[in-house]
Amino acid sequence: MDRNNLQRQVAYTRRSLFDQGYLDDQFIQLEDLQDDANPNFVEEIVTLFYSDSSRLIHSIEQALENRPLDFGRLDNYMHQFKGSCSSIGAKKVKSECTQFREYCNAENAEGCTRTFQQVKQELAILRRKLEAYFQLARQAGGAQAG
Amino acid sequence: MSAASSSGAWKPGEVVSDQFPAGLRVLVVDDDPTCLVILEKMLRTCLYEVTKCNRAEIALSLLRENKNGFDIVISDVHMPDMDGFKLLEYIGLEMDLPVIMMSADDGKNVVMKGVTHGACDYLIKPVRIEALKNIWQHVVRKKKNEWKDLEHSGSVEEGDRQPKQSEDADYSSSVNEGNWRNAKRRKDEEDEAEERDDTSTLKKPRVVWSVELHQQFVAAVNQLGIDKAVPKKILELMNVPGLTRENVASHLQTLKCNDLVQKYRLYLRRLSGVSQHQNGLGNSFMGPQDASFGSMSSLNGLDLQALAASGQLPAQSLATLQAAALGRSASKSGINMSLVDQRNLFSFEAPKLRFGEGQPQQQLSNSSSKQVNLLHGIPTTMEPKQLANLHQSAQSFGNMSMQVNAHGSQSSSLLMQMGQPQSRGQILNETTGGHVSRLPSSIGQPILSNGIAGGVLARNGVVENGRGPGYNPVSQTSSMVNFPMNHNAELPGNGFPLGSSPGISSLTSKGMFQEDVNSEIKGSRGFVQSYDIFNELHHHRPQDWELQNVGLTFDASQHANSVQGNLDVLPSVLVSQQGFSSSQKSGQSRNTSAVSKAMFSVGEGSEHGNAQNIGQHLNPLLVDHSLKVKAERIADTSCENTFYPEHFGQEDLMSALLKPQQEALGPGESEFDFDGYTMDNIPG
Repeated sequence: MDRNNLQRQVAYTRRSLFDQGYLDDQFIQLEDLQDDANPNFVEEIVTLFYSDSSRLIHSIEQALENRPLDFGRLDNYMHQFKGSCSSIGAKKVKSECTQFREYCNAENAEGCTRTFQQVKQELAILRRKLEAYFQLARQAGGAQAG
Repeated sequence: MSAASSSGAWKPGEVVSDQFPAGLRVLVVDDDPTCLVILEKMLRTCLYEVTKCNRAEIALSLLRENKNGFDIVISDVHMPDMDGFKLLEYIGLEMDLPVIMMSADDGKNVVMKGVTHGACDYLIKPVRIEALKNIWQHVVRKKKNEWKDLEHSGSVEEGDRQPKQSEDADYSSSVNEGNWRNAKRRKDEEDEAEERDDTSTLKKPRVVWSVELHQQFVAAVNQLGIDKAVPKKILELMNVPGLTRENVASHLQTLKCNDLVQKYRLYLRRLSGVSQHQNGLGNSFMGPQDASFGSMSSLNGLDLQALAASGQLPAQSLATLQAAALGRSASKSGINMSLVDQRNLFSFEAPKLRFGEGQPQQQLSNSSSKQVNLLHGIPTTMEPKQLANLHQSAQSFGNMSMQVNAHGSQSSSLLMQMGQPQSRGQILNETTGGHVSRLPSSIGQPILSNGIAGGVLARNGVVENGRGPGYNPVSQTSSMVNFPMNHNAELPGNGFPLGSSPGISSLTSKGMFQEDVNSEIKGSRGFVQSYDIFNELHHHRPQDWELQNVGLTFDASQHANSVQGNLDVLPSVLVSQQGFSSSQKSGQSRNTSAVSKAMFSVGEGSEHGNAQNIGQHLNPLLVDHSLKVKAERIADTSCENTFYPEHFGQEDLMSALLKPQQEALGPGESEFDFDGYTMDNIPG
C-alpha cells in the first residue's frame, strides 16, 4: 500500500500551500486544535468558512451594483470578510481583501470592482486546493496535519 | 465542563481550586460563525467552559438570566445587532464582569476605545490560542480588586493602610492605590525600569516619610543635584535599609506634584491678580533662596516669594503684600485659603498628619479632609506623608519661616519657621502653610485667588519641592513666611488666616493658568512642570480614569480664573500640561494628562476617588483638591499650600517655574509647565 507515499504526498501538498503563500500560520493553529476527538476539525472549519463566506460575498456583490457605491458599507462588509479569512489562514485571499479596502478608502470604484474579482478568484483557487488536500489526507489515513 | 468546576464562583480571598483556571466560564460573542467555532475550540482546549453566542442581545440576556453564570466575556467589536462597545458597557454596568474585546482592526483608535470603555483586554484577530490561555488573569485581577476595595474601603492601604482618620478615607481607596501604584510604577519604570512592582494591587507596606527620613531624602537630592536626583541614586545615598527605590520614587513624585500644584496655583494667582502688587512684590517673589525664584516673578504678587528668595522679605513689602492680600481677601480663596488652610493644617494636622503614616495618601486624605485641605488640594507632589509632615510642621509653623525669618514678622509663624530644612517634613508642612500665608501677603493682590498663589508661593519659597535635590523646604520658607500669614490669617473673605491670599491667588490663578501669562509667570511654567512630574510619576497609567478625566479638566478650565476658577483653570492647565508633559516623556505626558485628569476629576467631585486614582501622586494632589474644592474654593487654596510641601523647596518650585527643564526628579520635572496646574482649581 502506498500509504507512505500518500503521506509523503500529503505532506508535500501541505508544504506547498504554505510555500506558495496560500496559507499562513493561522492554519497551523487550526491544525493544532485537531485531535482525536475532532479528527476533521480543520476540514469542518474550512467548510464552515466557505458556506458563510458566500453570504458576505453576495452582499458585497450586491453593494457593488449600486450606484453610487457606498464605500463605507463595502468597507464594512469586507472588514468582516477579511476577519473571517484571517481566521482560517487564507493568506492570499486576505491580502486581496486588504487591497479592496484600500480602494474603498480611496473611493476608487473601479479599483474596488477589479479587486473584488480577484478576491473571488483567490477564494475559488484556495477552495480547490484545500479540497484536494483534504481528500488526499483522508486517503492517507489521517493527514499529517500540523 | 461543569460550572461546578473549581473555577466557578470562587471568591477573592478564597483559595482557588487547583484546577483553576480550568473550568473558567467563558461567554464568547461573535457574529462570524467561523471565528466563533474556532474560538470555542480554542477555549475548550484551554479547559475552559465555553458558551458561544452570535448575537449581542442573546449574550446579554444569557448574562442577565444567569448573573453568576460566567466569569468572563469575550466579544467581537463589530457586530450587526449591537456595537461591541455598547455590549461592553452594559456588561460593565450590569454584571461587572471582565470583558475582552476582539477585532481584526488593530488601529490605535479602536484599541483605545476598548480601553476607555473598560475592556480589560483587547485581542487582535486572528486570535491565537496563546492569547486565550491567560485570560483567567483578568478574572483574578478583577476579583482581587473588588475584594480589596471592599476590604479597604477608603483608606486602607494594602499592608499598611492606616485607617483614615478623617473622612478622607474615601479617596484613598484601594482602588486608587492600585491606580496610583500603577501610575507610580510606570513612572518608576521610566525612571529606571526597575523595581517594578507588578503587584500594584498587592499590599505593600508603606513607608512613612518621617522628618528624618525626609531630611535624608532632601540631603540626598541636594547632593545629587536636581538634575541627577533620580530615585535610584537617591536611594543609594540615603542608604536606608528597607527603603526601596520605589518608595523613594513615589516620595519624589509626591513632592513634585506638590510643587507643581503650587506652581500652578501661583500661576493662577498671577493670572488673576497680576496687577500691581504682583509686580511690585512679586518678581522677587520667586526669588526665594534660589534665584530661580526670581523667575517666578511672574507670579508677582508673590513678592513674598521674592522676599523669601532673597531671604528677606522686607517687612514692608511683606506688609504690602499682606495688605494687598488682605484687601483681596475677598478675592479669594486662593490665598486665603492657603492661609486658612495652613491654619487648618496646622491645627488639623496633628491628628491628621499622621506623620508617620505609611501612606502618604492617607495622610493626605485625612488631613485634607479636614483641615488640611490645603494639603490635599495642593497637588503638590508632596506625598501624603509630607503633607502630614506639613501638618505637623504646620503646627510649628515657625519653621516655615525659614526663610522668612529674615522677614520675620510677617508671617505667621508658619512661614517663619520654615527657616531650616531641618525638619524637612516640617518644613513642608509649614511650607504649605507658609505658602499659604505667604502668598497672601505677597500677593497682596487679589491674585490670591485660589490659594494657588499661596500654594505657589509656598512652593517657591518654602517648598523646595523636591524638585530635585532642591528639596529644601527651607529655602522656600523664607518666601513663604513672608506671607502675610501673620498677616492675618484671618482673611476676611475666607477666613483664611492668610487673608492676604487674595494677592497671592491672583498670582497664581491668573498668571499661571493661562499660557499667555507665561511671561509673567514663569513660574507657571514651572508649575506645569511639576505637574508633569506628577504626571509622570503618576505613571503612565493610562488608566481609564485618567483619560476620562481629561475631558473634565478641560471644562474646568473654562471656569476660570476666579479662585475657584483656579480649579477650573486647572483643568485647562492640566490640559496644557499634558502637552507639556508629553514633551518629557511619553510616560510623563501621560501623567500630565493623567494628572490633569486626576485633578479634574478631583474637582469633579469625585475627588476622593479621583485623587486616589491618580496614583500616589495624584492622590495627594487630588485629595487635596477634592478636599479643598469641596470644602470651598477657598479651601483649595489651602490645599495648595499644603502642597507645597517643603519638599519642593523653592528651588524646586522655582526651577520648575522658571525653567521647564527642571531636571530633577525625573523627566517629568522639567516639564513642569504647569499647565496642569489646574489642580487647584478643581472645584469640589
